[in-house]
Amino acid sequence: MDSETIGPATQMPPPLLSLCGITKQFPGCLANDAVDLTVGQNEIHALLGENGAGKSTLVKIIYGVMKPDAGRIEWLGKAVRIGSPAQARSLGIGMVFQHFSLFEALTVAENIALGLNNPADRVGLQDRIVDISTRYGLPLDPARAVHDLSVGERQRIEIVRCLLQNPKLLIMDEPTSVLTPQEVFKLFETLRRLAAEGCSILYISHKLEEIRALCEQATIMRLGKVVAHCVPKEKTARELAELMISAKLKEQDFGHKIASTAAPRLVLDRLTIRSNQPFGTDLKDISFSVAPGEILGIAGIAGNGQSEFMDALSGEIPAGSPKNILLDGKPIGHDGPAKRRRQSCGFLPEERNGHGAVGPMSLSENGFLSAYVRGALHRLGVINRRRTFDFAAGVIKRFDVRTTGPQAEARSLSGGNLQKFLVGREVVQQPSLLVISQPTWGVDAGAAAAIYEALVALAQAGTAVVLISQDLDEILLLCDRIAVIAAGRVSEPMAVKEATIERIGLLMGGSEAEAVDALPA
Amino acid sequence: MPYRLEPRGERSQLWSYASPVLAVVLTIVTMGVLFAILGTPPLTAIETFLISPLLTVSGLASLAVRAAPLIMIAVGLSFCYRANVWNIGGDGQFTLGAIAGGGLALFFPNAAFWWFYPIVLVAGVLGGMFWAGIVAFLKLKFNANEILTSLMLVYIAQLVLTWLVTGPWRDPMGYGFPQSAMFSAGATTPDFGTTSIHLGCVLAPVIAIILWQVMERSVLGFQLRVVGQAPRAARFAGFSNAKLTWIALLVSGGLSGLAGIIEVTGPIGQLTTEITPGYGFTAVIVAFLGRLHPIGVIFAGLLLALSYLGGDAAQINLHLPNAITGIFQGVLLFYLLGADVLILHRFKRVRAPAPMVLAESVK
Repeated sequence: MDSETIGPATQMPPPLLSLCGITKQFPGCLANDAVDLTVGQNEIHALLGENGAGKSTLVKIIYGVMKPDAGRIEWLGKAVRIGSPAQARSLGIGMVFQHFSLFEALTVAENIALGLNNPADRVGLQDRIVDISTRYGLPLDPARAVHDLSVGERQRIEIVRCLLQNPKLLIMDEPTSVLTPQEVFKLFETLRRLAAEGCSILYISHKLEEIRALCEQATIMRLGKVVAHCVPKEKTARELAELMISAKLKEQDFGHKIASTAAPRLVLDRLTIRSNQPFGTDLKDISFSVAPGEILGIAGIAGNGQSEFMDALSGEIPAGSPKNILLDGKPIGHDGPAKRRRQSCGFLPEERNGHGAVGPMSLSENGFLSAYVRGALHRLGVINRRRTFDFAAGVIKRFDVRTTGPQAEARSLSGGNLQKFLVGREVVQQPSLLVISQPTWGVDAGAAAAIYEALVALAQAGTAVVLISQDLDEILLLCDRIAVIAAGRVSEPMAVKEATIERIGLLMGGSEAEAVDALPA
Repeated sequence: MPYRLEPRGERSQLWSYASPVLAVVLTIVTMGVLFAILGTPPLTAIETFLISPLLTVSGLASLAVRAAPLIMIAVGLSFCYRANVWNIGGDGQFTLGAIAGGGLALFFPNAAFWWFYPIVLVAGVLGGMFWAGIVAFLKLKFNANEILTSLMLVYIAQLVLTWLVTGPWRDPMGYGFPQSAMFSAGATTPDFGTTSIHLGCVLAPVIAIILWQVMERSVLGFQLRVVGQAPRAARFAGFSNAKLTWIALLVSGGLSGLAGIIEVTGPIGQLTTEITPGYGFTAVIVAFLGRLHPIGVIFAGLLLALSYLGGDAAQINLHLPNAITGIFQGVLLFYLLGADVLILHRFKRVRAPAPMVLAESVK
């Protein structure tokens, strides 16, 4: 707590929200360990931390979704107990979740009406929606059906839904992970106006530049504990990052920026695929090529067809015609994953649990999962246990995977360690084409650096790499060329040095024409 | 109760083995209470039901004879269930195996044992495979739920058998009873010496051990386990779901068919309308009680076989209804499913909620 508040209580307005010693234990994991947090009035307060630092648990406690095991919560200087989200809302706490809860088939107004506790509030709802959305720069048409709206517009519904209750505190959980840079800019304007008009904001993120641009105060968490309270503008992004992650960051320079002139390794020719998921994204008319030794980055906001694209390249969904996908000139569009691996391809999807790896199986068995074809780990239908064990042991050693050994179950590893193992599993097979999605999602900085080094080394040895990622920094760091996937279409790849954040942002929003206008003259 | 169930966050290795033991103990206690309500001294009844059948050599032989079909079917079902294919139509596949092999035996009454008997067994296996193959086809072609189709095919198989033994295959010398002629010596399962132990009692554990090794060491077994635990990972690895569904159903159908043909050419000796006391359904309990592991299935098969013998003994000696067997099996499955909760959860004592917030406010 700040030293100024020690004076007579009547002089200073009490902080809006003050948490003291909040502790929450889950089986096998102390999610919050004596956490203190103070949000002042009219303040935009950042809650910063890596995935798994305990941020979500803390806000769920504030919003009444979970009960803490110990600790006290004060609201405007008075001790309170928040037993449910309804109680939180009646205090004046609103929350915009990372994942929206909207009915696709209903209109904006209908969705908002469903969230109201009191039916009497529905009177004049349309007018109030229009009123609030214009006042705070959140343009919304109450009569539009949700399924027609972009992700940014859907987020506005959630925000307006909260604002209708006149909250004093708005909690936003990773709000920009689904937005284009332009939409982020607009959102920040809205949030600043809200704060000026008396609604404090608790802003959860791990994006450092955003927090420096937006927030007045920050609380940084690591492994369930608060490691610092600070003013983000007074710190560099680097200092914030070092507070957030335990190790000091190594100066990184992956000097891999060569233009290749060799014949393309992978060519996609008008690849069009219907999604096999009920609410999936169809892939439309995708064409590009990747040369040996090149890393092509596919940027884009989540849910724009990345998982279908991954499945199409790995062969889990067959292409319409064999010729839609050419590997070294050979049509492979109808080959399944095993056949593509036999032709020296490697794949690693975004989801580790249950897709790239089987949690309850050992690392040995998980190694076998993708390496059985090219690692010669079986003979006459019988698994060669010795070779399978040695293969996994080799990956563990080379990629410094922290585990008890190849017999350890995959789910016993931390996210970063398992990811290192899985990336290693593909890399040691020396594929001539590697397609990898979100390689550092939920991974700590040390493991991420190891994964980056492995990918760059692989490319330098002549592998064509397709890197699908929502992390623009990662793509700009590693890739030679970049393309953007939006609504199932992939833009023309451009050299990374020609790419501007503005142009990428426009492509992410799906506006190809504007993006061309934004080309540097 | 100041106790609460909470997730462990991982599978308890201990409880995955202790749960069946706990279930058996609870079942015995419950049966004791039930016997007491029925007016029989519980200890006497349990002694008659669970122990007396084991005290004679002929009793032990009967146990092996009853356990053989249960183990064969349940090993196949475990194979299926590991791959998340829920075949519960073992009884139908058993019946079709008996019809296919038994029909062949009826048409060639004079064939010599050494070449004919193996053919009869193969016909039985193919019959079971055919019946399970229908399930696989419907599942893959029309996405029909295999639990429903395999169950419904049980009744179709039973009606086909009834029609055959009351119609075209009825024994003309059988005084109109709904049964076929007795099988010839060339189509009779060999037994051993003076006991009732037959070839099936030896085959069942051998099959269990073979499938155990397939499950643990072969690429096929690995593929089935991956499909069962993580279907998307199986697709990622390039394992064909359709192929594995076919294999799982054909293997389990074939084993049920084998159990069926051995049962009718062995202990029964002819086709009748009642060739199975629900072996295919009891085998579902056997498979789960045996933790879907072929070796566990051997022990579980022996226990459930004992419930059939115990039911007979209780009926003869204590004049209790034969339904005791079904009750025992049902109660056992009930407790097993209940006790399995402890694999993923544990009881935690709930303290009286500590006052989280004090009434004073900060200055």
